[in-house]
Amino acid sequence: MKTYSIIKFKKIGFSILSLLFVLGCQNDDSKLQEVKYSKDPNVFLDGFSSGLIYAAFSSTDIFAFQVDSKVAYNNSKASMRFDVPNVNDPAGAYAGGAFFTGVGRDLTSYNALTFWAKSSQAATIGVVGFGIDLGANKYPASLKDLKLSTVWRKYIIPIPDASKLKVEKGMFYISAGADTNGNGYSFWVDEVKFENIGTIAYPQPAINNGTYTTSTTFNGVSLNVSGLTSTFNLLDGTNQVVIISPNYFNFSSSDTSIATVNEQGVVTAIGTGSAIITASLGGVPAKGAITIQSMGNFIPAPTPTKIAGNVLSIFSNAYTNVPVNFYNGYWQPYQTTLSADFNVNGDAVLNYTNFNFVGIQFSQPTVNAAALTHFHMDVFLPGTLALGANFKIKLVDFGANAVEGGGDDSNHTLTYTSPKLVGNSWVSFDIPFTSFTGLTNRAHLGQLILEGAKMPNFYTDNIYFYKN
Amino acid sequence: MNNLTLIKSSKYFALFMLIIASSCNIDSSQKLEKHNWQVAWSDDFNGATGTLPDATKWAYDIGTGDNGWGNKELEYYTNRPENISMDGNGNLVITAIKESFQGSSYTSARIKTKGLLEQKYGRFEARIKTPYGQGLWPAFWMLGGDSDTATWPLCGEIDIMELRGQKPNIIQSALHGPGYYGANPITGTNILANSRYDTGFHLFAVEWDENKIDFFVDDYLFKRIDKTEVESKGKWVYDHPFYLLLNVAVGGNFLGDPTSQTSFPQKMTIDYVKVYQQVN
Repeated sequence: MKTYSIIKFKKIGFSILSLLFVLGCQNDDSKLQEVKYSKDPNVFLDGFSSGLIYAAFSSTDIFAFQVDSKVAYNNSKASMRFDVPNVNDPAGAYAGGAFFTGVGRDLTSYNALTFWAKSSQAATIGVVGFGIDLGANKYPASLKDLKLSTVWRKYIIPIPDASKLKVEKGMFYISAGADTNGNGYSFWVDEVKFENIGTIAYPQPAINNGTYTTSTTFNGVSLNVSGLTSTFNLLDGTNQVVIISPNYFNFSSSDTSIATVNEQGVVTAIGTGSAIITASLGGVPAKGAITIQSMGNFIPAPTPTKIAGNVLSIFSNAYTNVPVNFYNGYWQPYQTTLSADFNVNGDAVLNYTNFNFVGIQFSQPTVNAAALTHFHMDVFLPGTLALGANFKIKLVDFGANAVEGGGDDSNHTLTYTSPKLVGNSWVSFDIPFTSFTGLTNRAHLGQLILEGAKMPNFYTDNIYFYKN
Repeated sequence: MNNLTLIKSSKYFALFMLIIASSCNIDSSQKLEKHNWQVAWSDDFNGATGTLPDATKWAYDIGTGDNGWGNKELEYYTNRPENISMDGNGNLVITAIKESFQGSSYTSARIKTKGLLEQKYGRFEARIKTPYGQGLWPAFWMLGGDSDTATWPLCGEIDIMELRGQKPNIIQSALHGPGYYGANPITGTNILANSRYDTGFHLFAVEWDENKIDFFVDDYLFKRIDKTEVESKGKWVYDHPFYLLLNVAVGGNFLGDPTSQTSFPQKMTIDYVKVYQQVN
C-alpha cells in the first residue's frame, strides 16, 4: 500500500502552490539512487513513475485529483482521475495541478508528450501540457481547450524543441473548469509518457499569432511578444497548435540601436526609428513579426495640479476617471479615425490616427458639471503643424432626460488653429464653460466630439472638467 | 545521385512471400532470389534550377483528359516550370498549385516515357518524397505501350506507388487489367509504422518477369502478384513493353477532393528514376 505524505507549505513565493503530495514509490533514503538526468519517459502508467510530486494549483479544489483503480485505459491498473467542481463550489473553481520531479529528466530524445483521456461527459479541458515545475517554469508547452469525449482517446502534445529539455522537471500539468452550464464532471487520464513519434511533421513556429503588425512606441517602453505557438501536422491530419514559452524561440531585432529584444521576448525601444522583431525556433523561421516604430523620447503632458475634489475626470492618470462608454465610437461610415493608445512608464495616453473626427462618450451615467467651471485637455501633435490645420472641440449635453435626443440636448463647438495649435509640443486647453455658448446645460454632459483637418495624428491626455 | 546498393547475396535463397505490411526497414529475414540487374535507362534529374526534365526521356500529358482523366480529378496538367521543374539539387519536383487555370481550380503535371522508354520485364524504381494532405494523389506507375489501341484496361496498368495524401504513411500498389480494374484491381499496401512518406525519401520499385510482379518499398517486398492469381481473376497482359508515368493528381474518386484545410502548393520530389534489365 503506497503511503502519501501531505506537506503543507507556507507561501514560498509561488502563488500557485497550495498542497503537495509526494507520489510514487516511497524509498528509504539509503536506497535512493538519484540518477541525474534520467531519460525515463514515463509519467503515469499503472501509477506514478518514481519521484513524481503533485501540487494542486491555487483556487482549485485540492481534493479534485485522485488515483482511480476502477477506471483505467486498456485494463491498466489505475488512472489519474480529476473531479471538476461545479462553478460555485466553495472548495474551488477548477480541478488541476502540476506533476513534476524533484530532479530533472533528460527529455531530448523524445518529440511528444502523449496520454489517453476520457470524460464522464463531452468536456473541454482549458489547458494541458508539460514544463510547469513550480520553479523556473522555463519551457512550458500546452494545448488549449482540449476536447474530451466519453471514450478513451490518445492525445499528442508535440515538443517544440526537445534539445532544450536537457534537465526538465515539469512532467505534466492540467487545469479544467466547469462546463458551459456551470456543472462539474469527472475525467480520467492514463498512460502519460514522453515518446518519439515518427509521424509528427512540419513544425511551424509563430510569434504574434503569425501576423505582421506595427507598434508605435517611445524610448523606454517595453512590450512582450505574445501569440507564441508552434503548429505540427499529425498523422491523422490534425494541425495541432501548441502554445509555448518564449524560451523556445530565438528572437532578433533588425536594428538593436532602435529596439532590443531579450530571450523572453520582451521588446524595449531605445532609439528613434523602425526595427522589425522576428524569431526562429529550432532553426525554423517563425511566421509573424512586429515592426516597432519608436518615436524617441516621450514627453508626458504637464501633470495636472487641480485638486481631485474639484475635478470630474474623463481620462487622466492623475485622477479617478468617471465611467466612460468608449474613447472611440468608430462611427461609420464617415469616420476614418483609429486608435493606437499607448502607455509610457505607467502614463496612459490616447493616440488617434487617420484622424477626421472621433467621439468619446460618458453617458452611463452622464456627467454633472453644473458646479464646475472649466474644461481641460492636453493635446500633442507630432510633426510640424500643417498650414491650415484646425482642431474642433465639441461638448454635448443630453439634457434633463439624460439620454441622447429627445429635444432637450444642447452642444457647442469651438475651433482652434495656429498659433494656439503648435506641432511637436503639448498644447493645453483650459476653456471656461461660458465659452461654450450653445451648451445651455451642463448637468448631463454625455459626449466629447473631436474633429480636425490637416492633423492626421495626435495624442491626448488629461481630459477633465474642473472648478477653478 | 547515389546508386542504389542492392541487397547483396552470394547464394541462391528461397523466396519469402509476405502479404501483411510492416515497417519500412530492410528486413534481413526476407530471402529473395538473386537478380543480375543492369541499368538500362535512368534519369538523375541533375539539371539547373527551374528547367524542365530531359525531353528525350519524358513527354507530357496536358489538360484534364476525359472527365478528369477518368477519375473526376480536379487538376489541369501543364508543362510549365511552375508545375514541373528541376530544383538544382538533383531532384525533379512536380508541384500541385491551387489556382484558376483554363477552367480548373488546380494545376499540376504528369509526365511519361511513352514512345521514349518502353520495356518488357525488369526492375523499375524511383526514389520519391510525396506530398501530403486531403485530396493529394501522387503516383508512380506504368501503362502498356499499346494504350492507344488496346483501350484501358486491356493494355494493362502497373501502379508501383499511389498515395492518398490524407494518409501519408500508407502507399498502395495495384494491377489493373481485363477482369480486375477500376474499383476492383489487385492491390497491395505498405504502411509505415512510425514514419511518413512525405517527410523523407523512400525507394519504390517493381520487379517484373513472365510469371510475377513484385512490389517493393525500400527493397522490402511487400506484395507479390503472380500470374496464377491474375489469371484467376482475368487476363495476364504483362508480356509486352510498358512505359512509366509520374504525376500528382488533385481530388477525384480514389481519395476525395481537397478541403479548405489542405495546404497548397504541394510537391512530389523525385530524386531519380532507374530502369534495369536482367542480364544472364
